[in-house]
Amino acid sequence: MTDTFEPVIVGFTCNWCSYRAADAAGTARVKYAPNVRLIRLMCSGRLDPAFVLKALAGGADGVLISGCHPGDCHYIEQNYKALRRFLLLRRTLKGFGVEPERVKLVWASAAEGVRLAHEINAFVEEIRKLGPLNWPKWDNQSGRDLPADIEPQPIEEVPA
Amino acid sequence: MTAKPKFAMYWAASCGGCEIAVLNTHEKILDVDANFEVVFWPVAMDAKYKDVEAMEDGSILLTLWNGGIRNNENAEMAHLLRRKSQILVAFGSCACEGCIPGLANLSPLNEIFETAYHTVSTENPQNIHPQVSYPAPEGTLTLPTMNPVLKTLAQVVDVDYFMPGCPPESHQIAAVIDLVIQVVQGKAELPPKGSVIGCGDSTVCDECPRTRNVKAITAFKRIQDVAPLDPELCVLEQGVPCNGPATRSGCNARCPRAGAQCIGCYGPADDVIDYGARLITAFASVVDAREPAEIEAILDGIPDPTGQFYRFNLADSLLRAGKGAAMSRPNAITSGGKP
Repeated sequence: MTDTFEPVIVGFTCNWCSYRAADAAGTARVKYAPNVRLIRLMCSGRLDPAFVLKALAGGADGVLISGCHPGDCHYIEQNYKALRRFLLLRRTLKGFGVEPERVKLVWASAAEGVRLAHEINAFVEEIRKLGPLNWPKWDNQSGRDLPADIEPQPIEEVPA
Repeated sequence: MTAKPKFAMYWAASCGGCEIAVLNTHEKILDVDANFEVVFWPVAMDAKYKDVEAMEDGSILLTLWNGGIRNNENAEMAHLLRRKSQILVAFGSCACEGCIPGLANLSPLNEIFETAYHTVSTENPQNIHPQVSYPAPEGTLTLPTMNPVLKTLAQVVDVDYFMPGCPPESHQIAAVIDLVIQVVQGKAELPPKGSVIGCGDSTVCDECPRTRNVKAITAFKRIQDVAPLDPELCVLEQGVPCNGPATRSGCNARCPRAGAQCIGCYGPADDVIDYGARLITAFASVVDAREPAEIEAILDGIPDPTGQFYRFNLADSLLRAGKGAAMSRPNAITSGGKP
């Protein structure tokens, strides 16, 4: 084990903008931190807050949500819904005692590969400062000691 | 005469309302007595745990379990009754999803004990704090040990059926009792294992008679601040946070019909992964604002979103507990909470 903490970050990207921005960053050989695992959605409005909670409960230290700039949504205004859900989710997480800063919303158009890479790098550093979340893997069936101290399972990398 | 099938009902971390709801089935309770031999029901009759231990495994046909698993006594009884019962039903919101006792999962154990025994609302002049073990002259006295967080029944043992509600509605209980009696008489078949029974398969909104239009909420308000509440119009549309959109049907929209918001006691509807997340989705969708500052101002109208969205479902949600409780480790809690 090294002393440096490498945050695990799940990123939800919109098919029409930020996923392409990440692609553009790749094409332009703009490097960004490998801590983020990008998942493509058709729209940031597709993001069910349950995805974020599941990511955090499943071992992620932070979640990045990205979508089209306000006014640019491919589906007219779903990114506004994403914004409102994000703001309400952050308030709810605060009630759980989870730092709301672990969830971040970034607008990035398909042309903003450099910007997205910069935002990802910045977010990784923010989460690194916050430290690991380490949500317990609940030990079912024992009925006694709820959070079992199980080492987080390595996450399998799937090539795109 | 062949022996009647055996029936048991047990309570763990719960309020006792489920037992009252069973008795509230009025004369239907006589059918229970006519068709079942009640072998264990601490709230209604005297029985000892060792009587249950002495029973043959699987000898109880039906056990209704209400309450969450808060301490090791609850867990032990859950394992015991699971062994002794053919059909184990998680009965009521506490057993299904944690309910109000599950809200304690937002606080670590030492805070819970601090609040219960040492705050101004408690008269405790001798500063008594319960210990799990006490050496009395007659021998060591013990109390059950609290778990770091409350678990639902299904998080501890295998559960056959789930019956939601806080408490389950009496007409739903009566229908389930009828069904089980018919099964015993060979006239009906049991639903598939794992089914949620005694309820509907849609949402409270589907049963609600109020008029729904396109929602555009400019302010969330507490119900007492909306005067008067329109008796015909959707409660959520009037700005009162109503949990109907995510909540399972089965109560016949009792609260909205009576002029109050749904608080979600029937738990998540079918296919809802996380009850609170579904409500976040629903509420955020109808907020009529686009600017972050404007949105935040509207959301200020929900002062406790975590409590609003997880009032009944916290222990069964994806996160299950607040960070303080989730991160507490069993070995840090040796007694009733004092390190």
